[in-house]
This record gives sequence, structure tokens and C-alpha cells, in this order.
Amino acid sequence: MNRIKQKLQEDKKILSIYFTAGYPQLNDTVKIIQDLEKNGVDLIEIGLPFSDPLADGPTIQESSTIALKNGMHTELLFEQLRDIRETVSIPLIIMGYFNPVFQYGVEDFCQKCQNIGIDGLILPDLPLDVYQEEYEPIFKKYGLINVFLITPQTSEKRIRAIDKASDGFIYMVSSASTTGAKSGFGTEQTHYFDRIGAMELNNPQIVGFGISNAETFDQATKNTKGAIIGSAFIKHLTQNGVDHISDFVNQIR
Amino acid sequence: MTYHADERGYYGEFGGAYIPEMLYPNCEELRQNYLRIMAEPSFQEEFHQLLKDYVGRPTPLYFAKRLSEKYNTKIYLKREDLCHTGAHKVNNTIGQILMAKKLGKNRIIAETGAGQHGVATATVCALMGIKCVVYMGEIDIARQAPNVARMKMLGAEVRPALSGSRTLKDATNEAIRDWINNPVDTHYIIGSVVGPHPYPDMVARFQSVISEEIKSQLLEKEGRKNPDYVVACVGGGSNAAGAFYHYLDEPEVGIIAVEAAGKGIHSGESAATSALGKVGIIHGSKTLLMQTPDGQITEPYSISAGLDYPGVGPLHAHLYVSGRGEFISITDDEAMKAGLGLCELEGIIPAIESSHALAIFEDRKFKEDDVVVVNLSGRGDKDLQNYIDYFNL
Ligand SMILES: Cc1ncc(COP(=O)(O)O)c(C=O)c1O
Repeated sequence: MNRIKQKLQEDKKILSIYFTAGYPQLNDTVKIIQDLEKNGVDLIEIGLPFSDPLADGPTIQESSTIALKNGMHTELLFEQLRDIRETVSIPLIIMGYFNPVFQYGVEDFCQKCQNIGIDGLILPDLPLDVYQEEYEPIFKKYGLINVFLITPQTSEKRIRAIDKASDGFIYMVSSASTTGAKSGFGTEQTHYFDRIGAMELNNPQIVGFGISNAETFDQATKNTKGAIIGSAFIKHLTQNGVDHISDFVNQIR
Repeated sequence: MTYHADERGYYGEFGGAYIPEMLYPNCEELRQNYLRIMAEPSFQEEFHQLLKDYVGRPTPLYFAKRLSEKYNTKIYLKREDLCHTGAHKVNNTIGQILMAKKLGKNRIIAETGAGQHGVATATVCALMGIKCVVYMGEIDIARQAPNVARMKMLGAEVRPALSGSRTLKDATNEAIRDWINNPVDTHYIIGSVVGPHPYPDMVARFQSVISEEIKSQLLEKEGRKNPDYVVACVGGGSNAAGAFYHYLDEPEVGIIAVEAAGKGIHSGESAATSALGKVGIIHGSKTLLMQTPDGQITEPYSISAGLDYPGVGPLHAHLYVSGRGEFISITDDEAMKAGLGLCELEGIIPAIESSHALAIFEDRKFKEDDVVVVNLSGRGDKDLQNYIDYFNL
């Protein structure tokens, strides 16, 4: 069974961490993954850096720019991850924009992911209809879960369609924003979390955007399956390098 | 066979809406309403009234006698340079500001490179009393000080794009990010036939007034609606889309798109997207774009800031790949020379973008009785410093 699905069956809140591959240093990728697993994180999103990350705020943009300057590219990431399954068993997702995947060749990319032991992909700018018409059979063939996003503006009808197309979890964007733009949740978010909770979707929801500490993690996961932290972890890496990952994870839970 | 967009915004394999879910409601609202709103008589009436009384349309179709003699063919210039604000850009911003009003939006955002689209957007926002934020790359702000001042005088807030390479593509990213953060009250006025569906089709329709006028003006002057060729420069491709629009499905009319070769196609400093680009995704559209083998978008170069974009609109990618359009690239030097040539022969100082279209006559020969319409997309006032530096004036 796919490691993501297995993890989602556990009776616990999921803590998922995003980091940008190639940041802060080109070869930090494996150490970051190992340390996150060691410290009890449940799921990891490995960011494949892109020159024009439309949905990201300044923190992740900056990390992507530096990662690319450091020399990160798709083939190199795959090389770094080649033996990753010898040391970790945590579910791994690659998150990135569609163009680098498209240039690599979608089928080649997916095959490579399967060989390495990647469990899923998040490609925010690969739209639902294009995925279903052109790429779904390829993702399935290589055992990859595709994760879709929903936002407070997503209509109920579309949420149902996304739920139907999903086979793992739904990435619930906490507010109308780019990554790292807002922090903390107000009543608007709580209502949104409640509203989605009441829809009784087939797929569990994991909340992303705006989660930075124990308080926001608890708020976000009260009525959902888990939460994703990105910008706050990148900031931690910027300030502390890769040697104090446990400090960051332990302050979340 | 048609060269127009299909219902889902595809031109052949190009186009579509490759957008993150955060943008889906914004684009969907526009997609569901733009054709209906544009078809409303009240919209059409207001649009055409403003184009006439405010922009100064129809712009003349001018027979360039001395230029024609020099190149031994019949050259007409479509005088978009005489539009208010100095370029064709305002046709689109007038259309989109009316669209924004119909959609109940009260805040406008835009991206700009050289500042022409930013000025055209700030202008219509002033006209309508709507708040306007223009994103502009930090590097372009420094290069294009007069247009920054114009936008400010017109009441717009100019926000520097500090990310990436700090030029047009990054200003576009920042505008898109702003739209993600303000999905309800804000309309994004994109400046060319680029971006996710329905933008390329909507902008092309607003600019199509150019070829609509050419048809009736040519009938008057030549006794026929169709020229043998229409020529236009392509940055993102909006003036070209407008000049080609009503000729796309008329195969007897040759379509010539002119791109900026910068310092030469293979110099590493070029913006000739058809020659150097590969299929990919930029700003929500599947099209040809300049990128690394790894799919990172690269920074183009041209002496003309308006052609300095790493992609082309999906319509133009389709015209190129299908062979419907003839694509020519022109270097900085060739364009500057052609620009000066027009000054000397016709008394018209063209925008450097438009000079690229004028430069094709040196090498691309036409028959003596061919009727060739060149879209003169803008005037050269904004480029004076460039002309001064280049020619040591
Ligand atoms: C005068 C002029 N022509 C052409 C362009 C290029 O844009 P497009 O290809 O969308 O017409 C610009 C852009 O700023 C411009 O100012």
C-alpha cells in the first residue's frame, strides 16, 4: 500500500513539513529528510525549485532562487534521493510547478519517482481537468498519489469533483493567499474548516499555508487530519542551518 | 479550421489555464462572463464611444509613399502610435476596465515592463476613478523613470517587483500573487495576449478593432478589404493579435510576426521566442517559451523593453507551429536603423518595438503591387533616451 495512505490510517494528526531541495546548501536534501523523520514528522514535501513560483510568497521564492543558484536541478534531486529508501520510511511527496516536470517528461518523471520510492506529487499549476484527461493513467501506473488543493473560494461543486479525483488527501489552503503571507487563524478560517469538515469528504484534509507554531498547528488540525508547515521551517533553516531541526519540530508538538 | 481560440482557450495544442487552484475562481468568473458581457449592447456602445472620443479611433491607415518607393512595394502604416498614451495598449485597458466594472470590481492590478501598459492601465483607472496598483520590476523602474512618473501622476501606486530577475516576468508573477491574495474585489488587467484562458482570447478581441478598421480603410483606399500581408512586432503579441485578428482565417492574407533577436539569435542575448523557445508553461498558459533544458524560465534581452518577454501568447505559438504565420527576427541594430529610416522618410518617430516590424523590408522582399500593412504599434517618445544613446544625438 502507498505509504501516504498507510500513514493517513493512523489515529493521529499528521505533521507535514515542506522544504526546498538545494536549500540552504545544495547537498542538504538527505540530511533534512532523515532528521525530519527522526524527530517524528509524519510526511515530507520535497520542493523542486522553480524560477517562477507563482503561488509562493517571498520566503519560499527566496529559497527557490538560492537553491537554483546553488545548482539544484531535477536530475540532481533524483540522484540525491537515489538511495533514500535505504535509510527512511516516511512518506515522501515531491512538490513543484508543472513546467520542470513537463520538460523532464511526465512519464519519465513519474517512473523515476517510483524507482526512488516517492509516494505522491503536488503540482499546484497542473489543473484538475488536464490531469484527468492527460496524466491520471501515468500517475496511477507508477503508484503516485496526486494531491489537489482547495481554497476558501473553491465552490462546493468543485470540492466534490476534487474529492472524487483524489486518492489520498486534499490539501486545504487555509486562506486566499500565497505561501507564508498570513499567519494565525481567525473566525473566517475556523468557519471554513468547519464547513469543509461538515461536507464529509471521502479524502481526509490536511491544512497548509499560515501554520508556523504549536498554536496554529492545533487550530488547523482540530477538525482536520493534519497540517503542513513550509515557510516557517524555511525561515528556521535560514537562521539555524540544518543542525537544529529537532528544535523546530519539538516546538510544534 | 480556425486559428481562433476554442471554448477552453486552446489554439491547437497551446493555451489553456495552467493555474493553481487559488486562481481558479478568479479566472472562472471571468471565463464564464467575458463573452456575455462583451456582447451586451451597452458594453459595446461604451467601449466604442471611448475608443472614438477618448483614444482617438479610428487611427489612420496611412499610405507611406516614400517608404514604399524605397522598398518598391505598397506599404501602409496602421497608426496605433496616434492612440492616446502613445500605443495600442490602451485598446485593451479600455475594454478591461469596462469589464472590471461590469464584474463589480473596485481595485485594479497590472504588470508592466517598459511602463506602456502600466501607463495605459493607470490612465483608464484615473478615467473611471478606480484604485490602481502596477507591478514593475525593480530594474525596469530604474530604466524607465518617465513612465514611472506618468503612472504616479495618474494616481497609480507603482510597486517594485523584487523577486527573481526583477523584470517583466517577475512583475507578472507579483501581479498574479496579488490576485491570489485579493480574489474577490480585484481585477487583473493583463497587458498582452498571454496568461491563462480567457485572457489571450479576451485581449485579442479588444485589440481586434485594429484589423476591423484596416478592413474598411483598405476597402476605401485600395478597393479591397484584404492586403497581401499584415506585419506586426510580437512581444507577448497583443498588437499583432489585433492586426491579424480578422485575417487569421483568410489564407490569402500573409501574416508576418516580427520578434526581437536582440544582439543576434544565438548571442545569448535575444528575445526571439519562436526560434529559441520550447513548449512549456508560463504565467498559466501552455505556449512557446525560452527556458533551460531543466524547465527554468530564462531572462530574455532586447533593446526594446516591450519585446523583452520570454514567452509569446498561445495564438502566436500556434501560428508559428502550424506554419500559418511567417516569423522573422530582427536585431537591435536593424530595428534602430529602421526606426531612424522612418523618421527621415515619413516624419514619424516610431516606438522601438514597432521599428522591429519596419526593419523586415531590408531583407524580406515583396512584389511591386503587393499591399503590405505594417502595424505601427506605438510612438517613440518613450524611447527618446534610447535613440539618443544609440545614435549619440
Ligand atoms: C509600442 C509597443 N509595441 C509593442 C509592444 C509589445 O507588446 P505586444 O506584443 O503585446 O503588442 C509594446 C509593449 O510594451 C509596446 O509598447
